[in-house]
Amino acid sequence: MTTQEDQSMSPTSTAAGTAKISVREVTKTFQVGGEDFTALDRVSLDIADNEFVTVVGPSGCGKSTMMNILAGLDEPTAGEALVAGKPVKGPGPDRGVIFQQYALFPWLTVRQNVEFGLRTARVPKRERAERVERFIRLVGLEQFADALPKMLSGGMKQRCAIARAYAVDPSILLMDEPFGALDALTRVNLQEQLLKTWSQDQRTVMFITHDVDEAVFLANRVVVMAARPGRIFDVVDVDLPYPRTEDMRLSPEFTQLRNRVWHSVYHQHAGTAADPAPSSTTA
Amino acid sequence: MTATAASERAATPTGTARQRTRRKPSLLLVLNVVSVLGGIGIWWLLSLSGLQLPTPAEVVAQGAALLSDGTLQQDLLASLGRVLAGFLLGSAAAVPVGFLMGWYTVARGLFEPWIQFFRTIPPLALLPLVLVLMGIGETPKIFVIFLAAFLACVISTYQGVVSVDRTLLNAARVLGAGDGTIFARVVVPASTPFILVGMRVGLGSAWATLVAAELLAAQQGIGHRMQTAQIFFDIPTIFVGIVVIGVLGLVMDRLLLLAESRLTGWQERR
Repeated sequence: MTTQEDQSMSPTSTAAGTAKISVREVTKTFQVGGEDFTALDRVSLDIADNEFVTVVGPSGCGKSTMMNILAGLDEPTAGEALVAGKPVKGPGPDRGVIFQQYALFPWLTVRQNVEFGLRTARVPKRERAERVERFIRLVGLEQFADALPKMLSGGMKQRCAIARAYAVDPSILLMDEPFGALDALTRVNLQEQLLKTWSQDQRTVMFITHDVDEAVFLANRVVVMAARPGRIFDVVDVDLPYPRTEDMRLSPEFTQLRNRVWHSVYHQHAGTAADPAPSSTTA
Repeated sequence: MTATAASERAATPTGTARQRTRRKPSLLLVLNVVSVLGGIGIWWLLSLSGLQLPTPAEVVAQGAALLSDGTLQQDLLASLGRVLAGFLLGSAAAVPVGFLMGWYTVARGLFEPWIQFFRTIPPLALLPLVLVLMGIGETPKIFVIFLAAFLACVISTYQGVVSVDRTLLNAARVLGAGDGTIFARVVVPASTPFILVGMRVGLGSAWATLVAAELLAAQQGIGHRMQTAQIFFDIPTIFVGIVVIGVLGLVMDRLLLLAESRLTGWQERR
């Protein structure tokens, strides 16, 4: 990798050279009903190895678009996305993706779902079976290994999806509002499980959410985005130590950070007034 | 062990659902039987009241007579052979064509105008032309049945392929699946429910076309038997034909329904 790091261009870059994920001046425009819609406007963001970054922002701020670009499911209109120094060209086993809608294959059992990525990677049968068992156990679904997704609750489905992503051992996890559709109690449980596994085997995580509490609880760093055009509005470092505990959620430090992020997300127009009124060209 | 525990716990939701449906059918079944018996009763009364209808007893007797001299079996075999040949060929052709149309824009652009055009023509309307071109053997009849089954099934398969959830395709891609794997392991299973619905519609269509084709041009088959009976004013035989066609159609539909519940039991029904 050439060391032409342009630090000045990315306001959120971490220590030089260690960026696992690097989004550089990425612009993405869509055609929506004949009009150009700027989902991302020259967005730059660096995420360090083993860092846990959460992204919050109003709908239409381009957070999912950014994740899709990093996952290789979408391409930027301009700029580039780098993973481990290499431009992203399509999906790869180095990046695991968790979708909000679980995206389990409904005709496959839990075991077969977890096995899916290992089969495409042509992992030998014995190793495959062993890894599948390990990750099903990790997410606590051993009792449901042979059940179809339709038998599972939302939380169990998402645990299965997490096991499926972990099974191929990606060094990066991209999570798009993974707990968004779950009830509060299940969500808190899964947050804690996620942090536990993350601190054990250290992956780089980019986690999109619309829940400010969740964003602060999980992250090393919270990236707040704004819409129209989609851009990074604020970056908040969360210097609370891991492991994060129940008590921490109630601590004054947490509350302070939470309020800061909340303010960034919900009072964006006070800061910048760069909101081009959407002109209606219909009629 | 864990496996049994899993199946026990996983079985609970279906268990309750099955109990609910089990209680209902008993009542439904009684009503069904009452309805059928009542219908036959009315038929009997009508035939006794001077209308030119055979009584149910006469129809049963005629059926037994046709069965004992072997004509019914012969006709059944001829008709079933045609409908199965046409239906199987039609479905076998429709599935790949439907997949191609759903997967490749080029194939869709090339096939769609023809399919949409022929869909508006009842296959039977082509029979005169087909008879001229293919003669009066088995081929023209099987061909129109093939067409009927094909047209019904191809649209459904195509719909199935284009309506595969994008998230599932993305999930497969991020798990490293290439086009071939995505097709075989995601697109095919995801569109199976659509294909089976198409096959059921296709079967109904094939059956309807068969009987009509036999009425027009055949030396054997249930339709032919009814046509001949009409000439000789043999109403009981016509009735036997109608009942046999109905029962066979029902049996085949149930068989496909069974296949459907086996193959697509993974679907979440809301």
